[in-house]
Amino acid sequence: MSAAAVLSVRALRVGFGASAPVVRGVSFELAAGECLAIVGESGSGKSVTARSLLGLAGANARVEADRLELGGQSVLGLTDRAWRVRRGKDVGLVLQDALVSLDPLRPIGREIADSLRLHTTLGAAARARRVLELLDAVGLSNPELQVQKRSGQLSGGERQRALIAAAIALNPPLLIADEPTTALDVTVQAQILALLEQIKLSGTAVLLVSHDLAVVSRIADRVAVMHDGLLIETGRTERVLVAPQHEQTRRMVAAVPADKPRGTRLSLAASMPLAPAPIVSARADSTRPTASKPDAAVVRETVVLEAIGLSHSFRRPDGSRQLAVDDVSFSLLRGHTLGIVGESGSGKTTTARLLLALLPLEQGDVQLFGQAWSSVSEKRRRRRRASVGAIYQDSLGSFDPRWSVGEILTDALGRALPQTRSARRSPENLARLTTLLDEVGLAATVLPRRPLELSGGQRQRVGIARALAGRPDILICDEPVSSLDVSVQAQVLDLLDDVQRERELSLIFISHDLGVVQHVSDEVVVMRSGRVVESGSAARVFTAPEHAYSAQLLAAVPRLPG
Amino acid sequence: MSDLAQQAELTTRSGQSGQPLRLGVAEGMAGVLGLFLLISAVAPQFLAPGDPLGIDPLAAFAPPSFAHGFGTDESGRDIYTRVVHGTQYSLVIGVAATAIGLGLGIVLGTLAGMLGRVVDFTVNRFLEVLFAFPGLLLALLFILVFGPGVATATIAVGLSTAPGYARIIRGQLIAVRGAAFVEAATVLGRTRWQILLRHILPNTLAPLFVLATLGVGQAIVWAATLSYLGLGAEPPTAEWGAMLSAGRTYITSAWWMSFFPGLFIVLTAVTATVLGRSIDRRMRHA
Amino acid sequence: MVEPVTPANRRRDGLARPVFRALGRLGARLAGAIFVLWAVASITFFAVRLIPGDPAQAVLGGPGSQASPEALAAVSAEYGFDQPVFTQYLTQLGRLATGDLGRSYSLNMDVGPLVLDQLGGTLLLAVLALSLAWVIALALATWSTRGGLVAARVGSSLEIVAAALPHFWLATSLIVVFSIWIGVLPPISTDSLAGLVLPVLTLAVPLAGFLGQIMRESLLIALESPFVLSARARGESERGVRWVHALRHASLPAISLSGWAFGSLISGAVVVETIFARPGLGRTLLNAVTLRDVPVVIGVVMIVAVAYILMTLLTDAVSRLVDPRLRLS
Repeated sequence: MSAAAVLSVRALRVGFGASAPVVRGVSFELAAGECLAIVGESGSGKSVTARSLLGLAGANARVEADRLELGGQSVLGLTDRAWRVRRGKDVGLVLQDALVSLDPLRPIGREIADSLRLHTTLGAAARARRVLELLDAVGLSNPELQVQKRSGQLSGGERQRALIAAAIALNPPLLIADEPTTALDVTVQAQILALLEQIKLSGTAVLLVSHDLAVVSRIADRVAVMHDGLLIETGRTERVLVAPQHEQTRRMVAAVPADKPRGTRLSLAASMPLAPAPIVSARADSTRPTASKPDAAVVRETVVLEAIGLSHSFRRPDGSRQLAVDDVSFSLLRGHTLGIVGESGSGKTTTARLLLALLPLEQGDVQLFGQAWSSVSEKRRRRRRASVGAIYQDSLGSFDPRWSVGEILTDALGRALPQTRSARRSPENLARLTTLLDEVGLAATVLPRRPLELSGGQRQRVGIARALAGRPDILICDEPVSSLDVSVQAQVLDLLDDVQRERELSLIFISHDLGVVQHVSDEVVVMRSGRVVESGSAARVFTAPEHAYSAQLLAAVPRLPG
Repeated sequence: MSDLAQQAELTTRSGQSGQPLRLGVAEGMAGVLGLFLLISAVAPQFLAPGDPLGIDPLAAFAPPSFAHGFGTDESGRDIYTRVVHGTQYSLVIGVAATAIGLGLGIVLGTLAGMLGRVVDFTVNRFLEVLFAFPGLLLALLFILVFGPGVATATIAVGLSTAPGYARIIRGQLIAVRGAAFVEAATVLGRTRWQILLRHILPNTLAPLFVLATLGVGQAIVWAATLSYLGLGAEPPTAEWGAMLSAGRTYITSAWWMSFFPGLFIVLTAVTATVLGRSIDRRMRHA
Repeated sequence: MVEPVTPANRRRDGLARPVFRALGRLGARLAGAIFVLWAVASITFFAVRLIPGDPAQAVLGGPGSQASPEALAAVSAEYGFDQPVFTQYLTQLGRLATGDLGRSYSLNMDVGPLVLDQLGGTLLLAVLALSLAWVIALALATWSTRGGLVAARVGSSLEIVAAALPHFWLATSLIVVFSIWIGVLPPISTDSLAGLVLPVLTLAVPLAGFLGQIMRESLLIALESPFVLSARARGESERGVRWVHALRHASLPAISLSGWAFGSLISGAVVVETIFARPGLGRTLLNAVTLRDVPVVIGVVMIVAVAYILMTLLTDAVSRLVDPRLRLS
């Protein structure tokens, strides 16, 4: 195997400046026609590892290794000039989000032709021909037309294909793809993965770097799990995913929400020292957590929030109007979670803002507990706003940057509280804040800190605490876990599950991630281009979708084997 | 002589590129200079005990020496003493002009940013028109109408900086108004007034402190320019621009008469820029 | 009645949209420019009305001239000062629309030819200074982003100091050094090339400091963007990365600021032309303000406004040329 290895790395160490090394001794080999996936969470050192293989770890990086061989030749300590000859020819790189990974000022044809210009003696006409061939090979329809366009004029999938075309222009024996599908919609993601697999099958060695176990399981032959600068587990993909050996791998596998029944805990206890002890018994039989009153059945079916024929349109720059939400109806039952799922541009976020009465409705109505909600004046609505909380994807942006966590939560606890400094520090207020923080698994030490100083998971917990402060009946969560690492995502999903049960909350859960929606929802609404294409119980929609689009979405969802 | 509006935008942008926060050499030097200028303005006799207007014809046109660090002028007045004593004129003019410009800018910018599309459109067109009087032109027009002098020059400089401030404040207001945290406050049931007072105004006005710091340096340069052109303070006032203007006649023989007052203008402007940016960076990361 | 679909009108449909949109944009721009000019004219007209005292007196050399009542009346009639203000305003607008800028009080000649005569020298100065500022700024930005930490520090300090230099002090200092001490360049601007060096330098250096700050900032951002990493991964050299990708991005904000920069250069010309005794709009304006020669002030202001508007249109066009994304929206 070693003789045929396209890439051979032994004890790779990378550090920056005087700080501790980011990569602390990584070894792996990669053969032609093989795909190895390096999987890890943010900060694990996976991207730095990938970039070191191109000599692009950075100007102030210290790269050391016992062995670092590309195509059987050592590339340790190469000068930049020597590296340049190899980049693009011996190894190609595909980055995340081609909107910014291709020069937005230049046509994609020029970008792709650059590799040929730098490494071959082909003339302009020959280069142009080769570019068209390449675009055709990566499955871009109408190459003659597309070659003139710039990344901003192409769809996400098209420009990712163009970026791949630029990376494989010279047929490099090794292709490194760093989060190549991360910003893409799930159906496009599946297409790009298929393209990468095709490249692999043509004999190219593919090194895939990703945070998403489920995604890489589709095409990777082997998986290497990276954690804290080390490869903690390497093996055949099925073996690693079905029978993970290392604690951290088990944690990551457990955190993948798709196909895990509603109520199953995603985060293993060891990984969440801050969270309160889960109340397991209540969910043992996965029944709804309603009070055991005689009329429980009636209460269960109470509609708390109803959307009736919602429509909203945006004005385009040229003055015409575009429907963002078109005749959308659904109802949320007490204690249930309604998942809204759709790809980018499907109108999910606009729907959330309509539910929160932040946008004017053009048609239709939103009713809260059977009473008009969106059609009344803001003044009358304001008193009832406490019963509807919201959690946002960009939790950092949803906090006033000038406020500390203590100020944010004190403010959310109610206007009745005096806003003076001494009042904020009063024992009663502190007690209330501590209780609230305790519920979301945060210590009181975060109170004086600003959201900017917190981690993504901590911020989202503060966001949940703020939403809970007004004792709401309904929580509207717009992509609440989309920007979080998978293990943090698991903790936040578990936390939402806990608070929902304890407070008998009803949830609207909006996400592009079918796996997440499947895990959390009782009912599901599938949206596309502003319309509802299918709705029904999660169990039904996810097992026997009626609409072709739902089926297509479902088929594209990356799942773990087994 | 760069425009303040552009400077401020630049500052805002450079604040985001994540430069290290430790106290740089430049910031330290600017701090010391700032302190020196402040003492010069508040208690000039502490740094230069002489009389800034005291003449000594026997010592006229003395080049820089041990007795007269910056030399003397045509009447034998000590340039160093005059420069130190002139600080308060220049600083007061600069601060006053900035206050006028910033005040007008706040009014115009807030009108445009808060009162809906029609007002915004109108104010924007008005600002566009004012921008067609670039730089000193608006100030010169004002002086044409109201005549030269320290007061008119100050107001004139304030006026000509106002459109730049207005544009920044409007942009800042619109950005803050559309921020996610404003929406979050609405969801929490806050009224428009509460949101305005607790979120929008503080987040819009806090950066103005930085703007003002940068602006004072700029305003001093402009006011000195007007004095130099004979439209502001007049000799023998120890205002820096006026001193330079007086030194112009003797440029071939007594370069120090022009050099040192100008040097102080430059140092003041640089100090203001460095301090303004430093404050900005700290506020952003605090 | 339904129009039959012929190849001709299908082609028209296909072409009409972009062409109409471009024409519409041009029309809107033109309307905007005319509006600004009208507003500039109106503001100056009414501002000038605020000047205390009899304008006829100003024509005859100010209050000190002891003009006879007859002479004042004659001047009032000649210049229309006896008319109602609104009539005067309309007359003024009408004259401006036909390009008649009136007659100078102090120079006893028509303002139009006077101002046009002075325009060339100032434009030459401004264009040369703008170009030189761009060259210096580009050189400083590229050098300071390449030479490591020390170069970055030195570069940014130079830029801050340069941007803070007042024109009048820079000009006098340059004269002292190059004309008096070294004696290589004339202290008074002549038509010769040597005479242009110091005025152009005076205008260019502060502007270069300012543009340089902006360019360095955007160059740093561009050099760290993913598309530059992609280019490097293709084997692009450091020079290629800069010339093919980064500098183009870095120049965008500086281009869009050049319209403003041009305006500030014209206002800087007031100082520079005065110090170097160079004929031009700036000096004419300063003299007119000092002598309260109202028609000349209005004339210069109008010409500057026109030049400023044209320059903004030009920088807009250049921006669209360099950044194709602007053409799409």
